[in-house]
Amino acid sequence: MSSELPQLTASDFASDQDVRWCPGCGDYSILAQMKKMLPTLGLPRENIVFISGIGCSSRFPYYVNTYGMHSIHGRAPAFATGLKSCRDDLQVWVITGDGDALSIGGNHFMHAIRRNIDIKIVMFNNRIYGLTKGQYSPTSPIHKITKSSPLGSIDRPLNPLSVAIGCEASFVARSIDVNIKHLGDMLHRAAMHKGTAFIEVYQNCNIFNDGAWDYATDRQTKQENTLQLEHGKPLIFGKNRDKGIRLNGTVPEIVELGKGVSEDDLLFHDERAEEPTLAYLLSRFRHPEFPEPIGVFRDVQREIYDQELRRQIEDSRKKRGTGDFDKLFQTGDTWTVGSSA
Amino acid sequence: MSTSLEGPAKVTKPVETLAGATVRLAGDSGDGMQLAGTQFTNTSALAGNDVATFPDFPAEIRAPRGTRAGVSGFQLHFSSNDIYTPGDTLDCLVAMNPAAFVTNIGDLRKGGTLIVNEDEFVKKNFDLAHIDKNPLDESDLEKRYRVIRVSMNKLTDLAVKEVGLGNKESARCRNFLAMGLLYWLYGRDVEPTLRFIEAKFGNQPTVAEANRLALNAGWNYGETTEAFISSYRVDKAQLSPGTYRNMMGNELLAWGLMAAARLSQKELFLGTYPITPASDILHVLSKFKHFGVYSFQAEDEIAAMASAIGAAFGGFMGVTTSSGPGIALKSEGIGLAIMLELPVLVVNVQRGGPSTGLPTKTEQADLFQAVLGRNGESPMPVVAACSPSDCFDVAIEAWRIATRFMTPVMILSDGYIANGAEPWRIPKFEDLAPIPIKHPDARKDDDPPFMPYQRDELLARPWAIPGTPGLMHRVGGLEKQDVTGNVSYDPDNHQHMTHTRAKKVENVAEVIPPLQVNGPEQGDLLVLSWGGTYGACKTAVELCQRQGLSVAHAHLRWVNPFPKNIEQVLRSYKRVLIPELNMGQLNMFIRSKFLIDTIGLNKIKGRPFDVAEVAEKIQQVIAAK
Ligand code: SF4
Repeated sequence: MSSELPQLTASDFASDQDVRWCPGCGDYSILAQMKKMLPTLGLPRENIVFISGIGCSSRFPYYVNTYGMHSIHGRAPAFATGLKSCRDDLQVWVITGDGDALSIGGNHFMHAIRRNIDIKIVMFNNRIYGLTKGQYSPTSPIHKITKSSPLGSIDRPLNPLSVAIGCEASFVARSIDVNIKHLGDMLHRAAMHKGTAFIEVYQNCNIFNDGAWDYATDRQTKQENTLQLEHGKPLIFGKNRDKGIRLNGTVPEIVELGKGVSEDDLLFHDERAEEPTLAYLLSRFRHPEFPEPIGVFRDVQREIYDQELRRQIEDSRKKRGTGDFDKLFQTGDTWTVGSSA
Repeated sequence: MSTSLEGPAKVTKPVETLAGATVRLAGDSGDGMQLAGTQFTNTSALAGNDVATFPDFPAEIRAPRGTRAGVSGFQLHFSSNDIYTPGDTLDCLVAMNPAAFVTNIGDLRKGGTLIVNEDEFVKKNFDLAHIDKNPLDESDLEKRYRVIRVSMNKLTDLAVKEVGLGNKESARCRNFLAMGLLYWLYGRDVEPTLRFIEAKFGNQPTVAEANRLALNAGWNYGETTEAFISSYRVDKAQLSPGTYRNMMGNELLAWGLMAAARLSQKELFLGTYPITPASDILHVLSKFKHFGVYSFQAEDEIAAMASAIGAAFGGFMGVTTSSGPGIALKSEGIGLAIMLELPVLVVNVQRGGPSTGLPTKTEQADLFQAVLGRNGESPMPVVAACSPSDCFDVAIEAWRIATRFMTPVMILSDGYIANGAEPWRIPKFEDLAPIPIKHPDARKDDDPPFMPYQRDELLARPWAIPGTPGLMHRVGGLEKQDVTGNVSYDPDNHQHMTHTRAKKVENVAEVIPPLQVNGPEQGDLLVLSWGGTYGACKTAVELCQRQGLSVAHAHLRWVNPFPKNIEQVLRSYKRVLIPELNMGQLNMFIRSKFLIDTIGLNKIKGRPFDVAEVAEKIQQVIAAK
């Protein structure tokens, strides 16, 4: 690779295709932050691949001027696994939605994460099926009334981060489509992580589920309803940063700072904790009982599937030499029928 | 290689020469029949015979001992002639217990040799096999067969006593005793099996020693018992000159895939999920990491397919292997590969269906699935292996076509070919034709834009791989605009692209060899076969030709598209007979495509054709004209 890479800008990552999302869709912002972040990685465009499944979010690869594949519903992590296993030199992103990743693609989502293959999964969570026009998704709240649940959904929703952490994820983060700086930071952190990185992005579908994340985005309420995670810092939130989370035994509780409670009494965030217990606990904070954390929940190093696969191949070659077909064919019992026989 | 024991003594009884023989070993699945059969096969092949085998596994891993469900069989046909099938009727049956006896005796020819382990013919085992009295007491048994009653339990215990094994371990050596007896009967050398024992049990010296003792005891029993007055010999077959080894279909398919990768200067990515009877391909390939094999055991069949496509997108040789039920799960992925126009190999080792069907039995009923089994107009080339050794060539040929035409290719094998073994003439690697692949070169920003769906004269599109500057492009399952590859909903474009994809697959016929005919160029009857029925059809046709019938045989290797001359071949005969292990799938393709009134011969029993069944049908059809 040439050492003097031209300095790329966001517009270098724009493809020539018209973006076809509904006006006002949260997807635009995520696309914009991605295009802004990519040049900061110093990677040539041809070494980046976006792979998606099916759904509104999965149109994403068409709009980025890198290599891309718009695959089939739910399977993007599996396509990405094949590609990344073979091609260490590529940075591989998976773009997916809540239905794509957690419903039809739940199995691949789970297994990509537990293998810790070096791919970056960005899941746009709008808590609805957009492309098929408004059915409830695996993250829709229970009792939600949609086209396919006129009397209210009786499906209990999945918590995407809890699922990812339960699958031994090595990197887990959450951001929000309209928090553009935070979102850009999270995408960058994911890009730098070695192993599977999973980001859940709260994304507004203004057509079929408008306002699903208002509590987390509304100017008036967002500071009360979200909590920005920082490594090594106590869990503090609120407009006046006067509230915190404390552990009472193993149960988290909201406390007001002052009045006998100091920052030192609070739970401190540790994204590098060996055990996923804290990350899991944080993933359970749900509105309205708790502020919902945004930021990096977990960022640890562990064995990476594709590296191990290549290591086995290299080790075998070192030990046995590059495979020789003639030798292989002749190994074991053979017999010769002579032309003279 | 030296062993602690001397080989058995020399044969002293008279020796009769045979052209060949078909022998089946049948016993409980825990009795080691597959191992014994495989050893007997290797030894016969090393003796220069042509061999063909038919292992018949029970569906359960370990069905209750002594039951009919637990019977495992291994059939071997060896000959001094060229042979193409594991034989119809048995010349010799070894039955290790009553269940094996009742389920197999029907296949033993009149006058054939029946060797039974009489120690197992006791009340308890009759109950397990659901028979009410000792079948060995039937009065006409000795009239029908030459019955050799061997007290295998006692003889084995006696033989291995000196190494001090427990009862259970001692019982495990009975298959070696039976082998020893067969080796004596058919004049086989025990040396290769002694080497095998050393290699397999070398780190368990007592077990190794016990197996050697049992093998020699079996051989010596043949030499000393009065039950045998003579033994047999089968001379070397006149195979074409070369070095041979005995190989199974699945092994050769795996080797063929590896060779195809090297011939195209690619590395092989296998994305797969375990399924009977295809898993051995995964087992073999996972051992060969130093050949550049990336083997990935996916979470399911769908992911296996998807990962292979991902690898193909990255410029690797992407392969997935499965059987019918798994192929059903992969079909959406295969459809995507057709749309992306990426080279991927999909291997279907067919088994009995539908649904879970008969996992350990053979069938050819996935032809419709291979050719048609996807949503939309989604053509793909399909090639079928005709024998264990053909698996090697088919794998290479499939990859040659996949890369030349930028298309997924389906390789059909079946349980019979996959687990069957025969001598394979070892090629020199340098004699195998390379598979040239060209990826488009990098472009600069001011070069004209890259067109991912621009086609060559055979309609293949370029294989541009990530990492190449200036060729960034997006592919996907939505309909493509011709040339640019952009998403297009234009009605005329869809029609054009549908035709283009179909025409591209038809173009494969431009590069595959024409259909060959074995026999007269025109006549009363043509037998048209495909896949694993090749051997039975060829043998039956040759038999009928020797009887003076006007019959020829043609075998299809590519079942989609058909070779260009097929219609002209079919129309050169008064009738066309299509034997298949299904309800008539090729037959329906031929009838609908050419409007020829072909005749089917259809068997759906989970077993291959007997030569006699096909021959009889040929005679019948010709007589009825
Ligand atoms: S349907 Fe919803 S998610 Fe889909 S593009 Fe429109 S606004 Fe966005």
